[in-house]
Amino acid sequence: MRTKKRVLDILWFVLLTLLTVAFLFPVFAVLINSFKGQLYITSSPFSFPTGETFAGLANYLNGIRKIRFFEAFGYSLFITVASVALIVLGTSMTAWFLIRNKSKFSSFLYYLFVFSMIVPFQMVMFTMSKVANTLNLENPVGIVLLYLGFGAGLSVFMFGGFIRGIPRSVEEAAEIDGCTPISKFFLVVFPLLKPITVTVAVLNAMWIWNDYLLPYLVIGSKYRTIPVAVQYLQGGYGSRDIGALMAMLVLAIIPIVVFYALAQKSIIKGVIAGAVKG
Amino acid sequence: MKKSFFRYFPIFVLPTLICFFIAFFVPFVMGIYLSFTKFTTVGNASFVGLRNYITVFSASSGFWRAFFFTAAFTLVSTLTVNFFAFLLALLLTRGKRGTNFFRTVFFMPNLVGGIVLGYIWQLLINGVLNSFGVDITFAAKYGFWGLVILTNWQLIGYMMIIYIAGIQSVPKELHEVAQIDGATAFGELRHVTLPLVAPSVTICAFLTLTNSFKMFDQNLALTGGAPGRETSMLALDIYQTFYGSVGQEGVGQAKAVIFFLLVAAIAGAQLYLSRRSEAKAE
Repeated sequence: MRTKKRVLDILWFVLLTLLTVAFLFPVFAVLINSFKGQLYITSSPFSFPTGETFAGLANYLNGIRKIRFFEAFGYSLFITVASVALIVLGTSMTAWFLIRNKSKFSSFLYYLFVFSMIVPFQMVMFTMSKVANTLNLENPVGIVLLYLGFGAGLSVFMFGGFIRGIPRSVEEAAEIDGCTPISKFFLVVFPLLKPITVTVAVLNAMWIWNDYLLPYLVIGSKYRTIPVAVQYLQGGYGSRDIGALMAMLVLAIIPIVVFYALAQKSIIKGVIAGAVKG
Repeated sequence: MKKSFFRYFPIFVLPTLICFFIAFFVPFVMGIYLSFTKFTTVGNASFVGLRNYITVFSASSGFWRAFFFTAAFTLVSTLTVNFFAFLLALLLTRGKRGTNFFRTVFFMPNLVGGIVLGYIWQLLINGVLNSFGVDITFAAKYGFWGLVILTNWQLIGYMMIIYIAGIQSVPKELHEVAQIDGATAFGELRHVTLPLVAPSVTICAFLTLTNSFKMFDQNLALTGGAPGRETSMLALDIYQTFYGSVGQEGVGQAKAVIFFLLVAAIAGAQLYLSRRSEAKAE
């Protein structure tokens, strides 16, 4: 009996190790190819770089120059951080006000926000870029306002659901102490929202960091985020530089892996909570 | 009290609401209006009634081809992703050493953006097809299965995490009772685990369904719709109708409205089903 269990344990471990190798292989393949000369990537994509095929860092230097990678990284980072901060602040305040101010007008606005969750981006992509053009929002600051507006639905909904579960008595104590709604929100309510704030921040960060079409249409001609820059390398003029593409894929994955390593628990928790509610 | 509270509306709600109007509400209403017009920019729209919609449903617009491709892809990937994710979740809820490490690895691809995912898999799939002298743009079936494999790689870990949470919420006592009653491992799975993780199945099925149905970035990067526009799914087809040809903007916008209605119908079905199972549980 005991040996049978040992055998099963070993089988389990071997099977999952094989699966792990299979899951990591795609990223590994991109990594080894990023060190190979262009010609050898298409002809023998699954071989290791050797003396002849090894290209050193040439692909990386090429790619960084062609798509101005570090500039793109800067735009991606600024837009993601600023948008997430603004979404967390703006939508938590909005959700709290709309839930606590019980009126027909408030619930109408609340459901309008919720409704926007189900509208796919293609429905508004053309008109939104026209509106952005008219209002001079076609820059890294303007796009942050667009992310707040287009992302508000899901975040108001998630904050709203959480706020409904907070007993009013907690807030009433602050009212007696003579707090204004503003100090009450920031001193009493906002700290209570921490778990859902993490979820909202994680979900929005993943969306905005990886988003392609919105930044491409609105600011893509002047300011390229990482996904837009990677796609530009592919669709750009001249013959396709697959070596540079491989190197840039590696550089695009590194920040995500670092972020995942640092905040793994919050990310997984946030994604589960988001899935169950959304 | 109420009136004085409402004085704070401009501080709490107005900034977000203005952005919401700029980025969503105004474009949404304009989008519906433009679907009934012929236009190249917002300023020169002229009303054409239902003509755009009639064009969409005619054979030449490519809508039906994109629709059936999307429907087939969505069906296949929803089934495969959930099947494999559930198996993985079963393997990773046995309390063995190393479980956490494996979970972490399987979830990782979910964080990689669609454009990057598309090019990673283009390399791999073209690498394999290369030995047969073709590449992914050679025939629509290669693009189809390429997208299915990519979607599996991306979503299995995500769904696995949700299934794990569901399986772990099944009370231990139920398993013990089943074992005392002499249930086989399969019987235990069939009669104890499965009924209790049914809510997770609904959640995961709809998550995969919506994700696959609305897919754009991965489609653009992996095949770009090639050969021709044979592997363009609905979202990419709308984009190509808008920006790939002049004078088709109205038709593109009409396609977008139909796409929105389809997505809304899926969301409605999800809401209905989850409400119904909640009511049952009570």
